[in-house]
Amino acid sequence: MSLDNYLYLSAILFTIGAVGVVVRRNAIVVFMCIELMLNAANLSFVTFARMNGNLDGQVVAFFTMVVAACEVVVGLAIIVTIYRSRRSASVDDASLLRR
Amino acid sequence: MQPLLTIQGPEAALFWILAPLSVAAALGMLLVKKAVHSALLLAWVMITLAIFYIAQDAAFLGVVQVIVYTGAVMMLFLFILMLVGVDSSDSLTETITGLRPIAITAAVGLGGLLVSLLGRATLGREPIGLEIANTAGNVQGLSELLFSKYVFPFEVVSALLITAALGAMVLAHHQRTNPRPSQREQAINRFRSGSLAGAAGLPGPGVFARHNAVDVPALLPDGTPAPSSISATLKARGDVLDSGQFQLDNVDTTVVEEK
Repeated sequence: MSLDNYLYLSAILFTIGAVGVVVRRNAIVVFMCIELMLNAANLSFVTFARMNGNLDGQVVAFFTMVVAACEVVVGLAIIVTIYRSRRSASVDDASLLRR
Repeated sequence: MQPLLTIQGPEAALFWILAPLSVAAALGMLLVKKAVHSALLLAWVMITLAIFYIAQDAAFLGVVQVIVYTGAVMMLFLFILMLVGVDSSDSLTETITGLRPIAITAAVGLGGLLVSLLGRATLGREPIGLEIANTAGNVQGLSELLFSKYVFPFEVVSALLITAALGAMVLAHHQRTNPRPSQREQAINRFRSGSLAGAAGLPGPGVFARHNAVDVPALLPDGTPAPSSISATLKARGDVLDSGQFQLDNVDTTVVEEK
């Protein structure tokens, strides 16, 4: 088994996350799929760090984790705010800007 | 040091056991109906990724993955799920016609593109492995990079964290646009509304009925069930029993209780 298999796994997980973002309607599940995509990218970073024999990839993965944490905090606050005014967590219902 | 060509033995076994499981959990995330189940499956995917990190000589990231992702982020997701509760958005029916075939086609395309790209790409040399970079220890190596080469991004990220915390506080802050009704006003409103039925508050579930479960409606003094005694959440979930079967006339009282 070569190290590439980790990259293939990462690509597959990323694709599954992308499908989830498009297909699911619950905003929280959509958000979890975005987290899955970020995690898949992190797996590639860690694998590339190992391939290249330096720790730069791991540092980037660490930064990705911090940014993902920020994103989750703000995104969930937005979801709660939308839920408070519209009583729904569905991404289809947040269509105020359409008109 | 001999360049690391292939992975054998325990790590390969670990990969071939955990990788299918993580892909299955990720697919399950898309297919399960309830958001809570999605969250648990995602937590499982994150734990497998943490194991992969540790297997790939990234011990610090593996531990951070467990603490930050499965510990903090998924807990936050579960908190918000509890706050938002169940609603119709959990259903899997497609609202935009033809979205699902297009999404699956596009996903197969994207996945095929990524996989074939990875299959064709070469690094130009053999994978090195992290034995040399980790000689002083993984955490020491990371901290050395973080506080020398990456010190400016590190500071920027700290500013980002503070901004995100402030932003979340501003977004979650809720300002009342109308004053909160006092108890006195609430009581007056109850008595002056159309009927006096709700003047003393709504009945609790199961009160005066033959069962005291929360999904059984209370019986009013005249023997009719009171649908208003059941929580709206139970109704939304569809977990509520039919009120009519508890009407006094319909209840079969001939059942002999077991001793």
